[in-house]
This record gives sequence, C-alpha cells and structure tokens, in this order.
Amino acid sequence: MSMDTQPSQHGHSHSASDDGVDSARGTAGDRAGPKTVDRSRYAHIVGWGADLDPANRPAYPMERTPPRLPHPPEAPRQQRATVEVLHSTERPGLTPVFGTTLPPSGLSGGLRRLAFRHSENDVRHWLLLLLADRVHMGEGLLEDLSRGRVPNLYAEMGGRAELRHNPAGAARKAALGTAVLAVIVLAVIRRRRSR
Amino acid sequence: MLAMNYRGPYRVRAAHKAQPEIEHPGDAIVRVTRACICGSDLHLYHGLVPDTRVGTTFGHEFTGVVEAVGADVHHLRVGDHVLVPFNIFCGSCYFCRKELYSNCHATNPEATAVGGIYGYSHTTGGYDGGQAEYVRVPMADVGPTVIPSDLDLDDAVLLTDAFPTGYQAAEMGDIEEGDTIVIFGAGPVGIFAAKSAWLLGAGRVIVVDHVDYRLQFVREYAQCEVIDFREVGDMAVRIKKMTDGLGADVCIDCVGCEAAGSFAQTLLGVKLKLQGGAATVLHWCINSVRKGGTVSIVGVYGPTFNAVPIGNAVNKGLTLRMNQASVKRHLPRLIEHIQAGRIEPRKVITHRIDLEDVADAYHIFSSKLDGCIKTVLVPPGAGR
Repeated sequence: MSMDTQPSQHGHSHSASDDGVDSARGTAGDRAGPKTVDRSRYAHIVGWGADLDPANRPAYPMERTPPRLPHPPEAPRQQRATVEVLHSTERPGLTPVFGTTLPPSGLSGGLRRLAFRHSENDVRHWLLLLLADRVHMGEGLLEDLSRGRVPNLYAEMGGRAELRHNPAGAARKAALGTAVLAVIVLAVIRRRRSR
Repeated sequence: MLAMNYRGPYRVRAAHKAQPEIEHPGDAIVRVTRACICGSDLHLYHGLVPDTRVGTTFGHEFTGVVEAVGADVHHLRVGDHVLVPFNIFCGSCYFCRKELYSNCHATNPEATAVGGIYGYSHTTGGYDGGQAEYVRVPMADVGPTVIPSDLDLDDAVLLTDAFPTGYQAAEMGDIEEGDTIVIFGAGPVGIFAAKSAWLLGAGRVIVVDHVDYRLQFVREYAQCEVIDFREVGDMAVRIKKMTDGLGADVCIDCVGCEAAGSFAQTLLGVKLKLQGGAATVLHWCINSVRKGGTVSIVGVYGPTFNAVPIGNAVNKGLTLRMNQASVKRHLPRLIEHIQAGRIEPRKVITHRIDLEDVADAYHIFSSKLDGCIKTVLVPPGAGR
C-alpha cells in the first residue's frame, strides 16, 4: 500500500496528480491563501477539535508556574547512599533521590568509574559506558556458570516464540547456525590433519 | 519475587530477585498488576542505551497496588490502585516548578540531560522497572495517580507513557485548525499521536511506516492516510507532492534511534554505533516539513550525536520541539478524553503475556511477530 486516498472518508477535495499522488488542498495557490476549514468534513471523527482551544491543551504553554499538582510537594530529603552510586561530573554530588540497583563491580565497574571521570559533554563518557556494558555481558555469563547455571540462550532470545510465530525464520536461523558450526568443525579437523 | 532480568543484547529472562524495600521516606512499594513493553524498551533490549547493566529489570509503563509507604508519604494509601507515570520526578525542583516533570533535576544522579525513569538504565537513574511483581516507587505522593473507578485497567496502563507521549508529540506541533500533520512511525506512540492530532484540530493526518499490519491498524483506528515508505523513492518529494509542493505543516518523529529506511544511517547509528542511532526520521522530518513549520520529536535517541540536516532546518526557519513526555500534566485531560469516549487506548493492546514468558514477549514485540502492536505483561497472581 502506498497511501489511503479516501475522499469520502475525509471529505477532502482530492486532486490526483499524474503519478497517483493526491494533493488534498488543490493548488499551491489555494493553500497559500487564507485558511478556511469546513468543520463538517470531520464530523465522522469522534472528538475532532476537542483540544483546538489552547486552553484545553495540558502542556500549553510549555513552561507553567506554579505546577498544577494535586498536593504541592516539599523538596525531598536526601536519600542515604548504602551502595556505590556514580554521579555525573556536571553535578556537585548525588541527587536527593536515586536508584541503588546493581552498583558497579568487576572490570565493567572499573570502566564505568573511568567513564564517570568524564562529563556527559565528552564522548569518551558514553563510549566507555557502552564498552562496560559489553564487558558486563561477559561477566554475567561467567557469573551464571560460576553458580552452576548454564544460561538457556535459546529461551532467553525468544526461540520458542520464533518457532511458534515464524517457523520459516526459525528454520533459516537453524540452518545458518548449523552451517556456521559445520564450517568451524571442518576448519578444526583440517587444521589437526595438517599437523 | 519474579522479575524481568536483562542479560545482554537480545537476551532477557524471568528470574527471582530480592523484593524492593523503602529506601527513602518518600517511597512506596507497589505490587504490579500490569506492565507494558514500550518501543523504547527495545533500545535497551538491543543494547543501544549506555550504562544498561546486566541484571536490570526494565519496565516504565505499569499499574499496581500500593503495598507500603514511607514516612513522608501522606496522600497515597496502602491499597490504592495507581497508574505510575514513567517519569520519576520531585515536583519541587527548578524544572518541576515549570511543569517540566520529565526534566526533573532531583532524581537522576548519573546524568543531567534526563530525569529519572523506571527501569531505563543507569543513564536515567539506576531504578528497577515495573516488569516485576513489585517495584520501588520514589516520590510516591507526587507521581502516581489513583486510577478512577470507571477507568479500565488496560486504558490506565497506557496512560503511564504511550498515550501521553503520543498526545504531547502532537501538542508540541502547535497544531492549528486544518493543518496537515505527517507522523513517522505506526507504533503505539505514533498511533496515539495520530488520534491526538485530530483532537487538536488537524485537517489531514498522514502516518508513515513500513510494517503492513501496523499501517492497516492505524488507518482504521485513527482514520488517517498512510504511506509505506518502502514504496516511496524520496520521502520529501512524496510529502511535497501530497501538499501542493509546500510540505507538511507539522512533522512528528515517533520512531527514534532504530529507524529503518536508510542503509547509511542504520550502519552508522545502529550497527557501528558511531552516532546516537539512525537519524533517518529526523532527516525526513526536516526535509518534508514546510518552511516555517514545526518538527516535533518524541523518538528516543542516544546521548552522543546524530547526522541531521540542521542547515536545512535553519534555512527553512523551522521550529524544533522535543522532550520526553511530562506525563502527570497530561493525565487529567487525557482521562477526560477516555471517559468521554473520544479515544479507547486499550484497543492497541494485541498481546497479553505472563511475566514468566518475558523472553518470548520481547522477541515477539522486537521482531514484530504475530501482528504485535502492544504487549502487556501480567505478573503471577495479578489476574487478567
């Protein structure tokens, strides 16, 4: 499909050009003139124009003071840090409220600490964090194995859903995986024979 | 408790972890009843958001019942059934006093450019999300809203992000009566942006995507025109041909950093990560909007940089509007719209999946299998 051109549905006066593309407003000259809107064209659209008046628009104007909250809040007390929480160099310290999940640890944690020596304005900050994320993935695998758990990669990557909803794709992936595995095995065998 | 657990790109599982506790006197603990997977969760799932730590529980769209509250919580009560905006905000900082709740300066130590968000990496504060049986909800007197008794729970969970974000996307376009609006992306946010554009008095609404079943859905649900960009040689030329050679009054980006449609952008932004995602839609928006028009951006991009035709934006005198949605300020009006029957958000929900099967849920949503538009995760015992 390329586009829906249903003049009766929307009530526009469509004018099809030679490549099949409709222009709903006639000529450029028409549009450049004073805007006139026939509201009856939108009668079939429930709620059309309900928020046409800016007074009905909840985020107009963009900045509003005081905030329209049901209960005017007081500034939050400072949360106590019970784990290591990194903070941006663009701040003097921790914010009053923060998350405490997954404090930095291991090699990835070292990379994250290094990243937080640079400001958000410095691309090294972000690239180091992305690197830390990839390292952390490896650490996660090792952690699983060290606890005697072999991660079920097939299930974690939604293999069952793929098989159920896209069996052809699942078959393609299985064939590709088998081919890659075969190439690796053949390469290993060939290398051993050459020794 | 059972919770979604991120293990690395394209790998998640349901696993047991410690139940959250009150860590600040403004906290509440909420037992989750519904948790959606958001399109922006896929950026985490695909490993594109910096500081996404292994073991994180995602989920910033959820409803639940208050189980416990801290000493500073005076208005929320145990037993209240609440919808929780995805923003974690204090309501009293410099930015919150201007109603810029998504830009709160008091809830995210790890970055200054973005406020706190549930389950969205340590770049947004290091909080666990709601794809779990229980979740810590900071600033509990400020963010959560008690769900009105006549509001469907599935409508309520879509008020935590997707509907307000789509509405704000349209609202930031400063739509005037009769305007032509082009919305890129037929995911849930794009669908709600299309519906919202009509509420704001648009004269013509056009949605662009390349997923057939989503285009069909939005055409019927939002009564709009659609374009499959795979059938378009040049997006800017197509939009201008449809608008008397002038361009759209407003272009809205509801896609963000994983946009398809440009090999170069995808290679640089998604595969090689040399920019903050593929800026394909930003490119299309800037070049498809009319001179003096408005580009509204709610698609999520990485924190580094993107290749966009900013010179064209200058020469055309464009207004660029963008932000994460400040959900709380939209809720009263959007609840009115639902109660008045102007919109039924829950119709975008196509899948309802047990939390135990979270890996399958992510794969179905990510790969757009089985006609998936919006997935709701249901924790054990929450009831369907």
